[in-house]
Amino acid sequence: MRRLMVVLLASLALTGLAGGALVALNLRGEEPVAMPAVAFEATPAQVERGRYLALAGNCAGCHTQRGGAPYAGGPGIETPFGTVHASNLTPDTRHGIGDWSAGHFWRAMHHGRSKDGRLLYPAFPYPSFTRVTREDSDALYAYLRSVPPAAVPNAPHRLRFPYDTQLALAVWRALSFEPASFVADPARTAEWNRGAYLVDGLGHCIACHGTRNSLGATETSRGLAGGLIPGENWYAPSLASTREAGVADWELRDIVQLLGSGTSPRGSVMGPMADVVHGSTQHLGTADLTAMATYLRELPAAAAVEVAAAPATPRAAPERRDAGTMERGARIYDQRCAYCHGDAGQGAPGAYPPLAGNRAVLMTTPVNLIQIVRQGGFLPATAGNPRPYGMPPFGQVLDDGDIAAVLTYVRGAWGNDAPAVSLQATMRR
Amino acid sequence: MGGRRRHLVAGVLGCLLATAGPAPAAPVAAPATIPATSHGVPDTIGQRVAACIACHGREGAIGNGAFYPRLAGKPAGYLYNQLASFRDGRRFNSDMTHLVRHLSDDYLREIAAYFAGLDLPYPDTPSTSDATPATLARGRELALEGDATRGVPACVQCHGAALTGVQPGIPALVGLPRLYLSSQLGAWLTDSRHALPPDCMREVGRRLTTADINAVASWLAIQPVPATAKAVAALPRPLPLPCGSMPRAADARTP
Repeated sequence: MRRLMVVLLASLALTGLAGGALVALNLRGEEPVAMPAVAFEATPAQVERGRYLALAGNCAGCHTQRGGAPYAGGPGIETPFGTVHASNLTPDTRHGIGDWSAGHFWRAMHHGRSKDGRLLYPAFPYPSFTRVTREDSDALYAYLRSVPPAAVPNAPHRLRFPYDTQLALAVWRALSFEPASFVADPARTAEWNRGAYLVDGLGHCIACHGTRNSLGATETSRGLAGGLIPGENWYAPSLASTREAGVADWELRDIVQLLGSGTSPRGSVMGPMADVVHGSTQHLGTADLTAMATYLRELPAAAAVEVAAAPATPRAAPERRDAGTMERGARIYDQRCAYCHGDAGQGAPGAYPPLAGNRAVLMTTPVNLIQIVRQGGFLPATAGNPRPYGMPPFGQVLDDGDIAAVLTYVRGAWGNDAPAVSLQATMRR
Repeated sequence: MGGRRRHLVAGVLGCLLATAGPAPAAPVAAPATIPATSHGVPDTIGQRVAACIACHGREGAIGNGAFYPRLAGKPAGYLYNQLASFRDGRRFNSDMTHLVRHLSDDYLREIAAYFAGLDLPYPDTPSTSDATPATLARGRELALEGDATRGVPACVQCHGAALTGVQPGIPALVGLPRLYLSSQLGAWLTDSRHALPPDCMREVGRRLTTADINAVASWLAIQPVPATAKAVAALPRPLPLPCGSMPRAADARTP
């Protein structure tokens, strides 16, 4: 009996300690939000600065519905744990953040906690936004106070148990999140530091270009080494590997042009990155784009995550491909693709990208190619590329087998030597 | 399917080759050249939007298995409104939304004007239908007279006496595939297609039944297209419903 009491007391104490640690870890670094709120008088310059920063962070990309009221909340973000809805950020007091103080807003950005103290889901990329300065957070707050209030109710998240509980989120945060501040590297130029602040902070590039662990947390230590975007079946290529989307060997001006216009002599953006250029980077000033380009160009080289396991030395023998598939692929290529991309995959730079030797074609994972063939698309219309050329969506006329065959051919013709594309890969939606 | 694919391929290649070829001889001495970019691809709007032809064809697809609507010669205002609606979430088609999601108003206007300006012959419409004579008669009645008891205006009241559309915002209803017509009318009925407010077709669509839709789509799809299948400049009478896709002057005009 006494033994049982000891065990019970001990486990109670342990639970208490774990709970205390959980709370402490979730609140670390937090200062209480001043109540009543400190009076906040936004200057016009601050509002304008906030408007610009909201573009740099592409807030509208998640917080605005297609054609909906600006910042009134967005469509669901698919995650492996369920769907998370971006909330209403307009100054509506009932549904938006009308009754938030600048201190509440800062706590959300820096600590990932809502006004009512709820822990926020990291689909809101506060693991990146935690590096945003208080000054910039206040400017964003000032701007969001200035947009028209919209009485649009927030859609409830749809998450599976146990991910729908605050306890799960508390455990996740204890393991995966710590508030941080941007610390400039004195050994680097001011430009590089500005780029680092934008890329790793508001830009939250790692949300797509980083890998995530089994808990869905971005793995900062692995950097921008590429990752499959949850729920979208697009692969955000590594920015640290020149075999993928790394820009270490690019001219600075080409990187700036890519981010500013969506296209450059070295490559163009499609898929989710076209969303980013359209909603964010095309609106940024040349100085900030140059800063981002400087930082991205000097990212430490790292093997892309997806190829890290592959042998570093070139294969002795070329990839083996099924002759029948290659023949079928060649026939489809001649019918559908050759007119624009050329008989030898040479493309027409500026209008239609080359496919021979194109690293986007040769990346190990073919998911982006499958999406592009199926959906086609136009590059984003930007000031630097206002009338882009387009590609038809071939999903209506090519079945999964056709797409596997034509991509196997494209990845194996004209000196290209990337793995064949399987039917299983094209059947995955 | 194989036949349709060949047709699509022929359409795409036909258009691409046509736009890539030399421009028609100009009456002046200056050589008529299509401005080409450094890569040799014509710097024309036709070349830039050649992607559209893959599904829509140059003249539009006609036939019982066809779906994609004709673009050539439709009023520019109508085409622009549809492109913007796909972009801004008023119409839903995943391919169309994906294609136009990042395009600007200016570019969408240019694309709309390009297709509106194409003056191409219509392919022959099918002359037979598997719809019953009674269904076709009902379709004809709805198109030409409407159904006053349910407040359904006749198609001709807004789409023109010859159903060839009205400038700048009302499309032709002839020369379209039955499948497309019925799916669009069905989308109005189920509130999954929208237009700029006031959304007149939403009002009409919600008053229709599925039987009405089948009847009117079946009848419209087999109407021969008049030789001058141009959208008319104006309607003889005001629109029966206020319509956001038409300038206000149009619905205020008196007979």
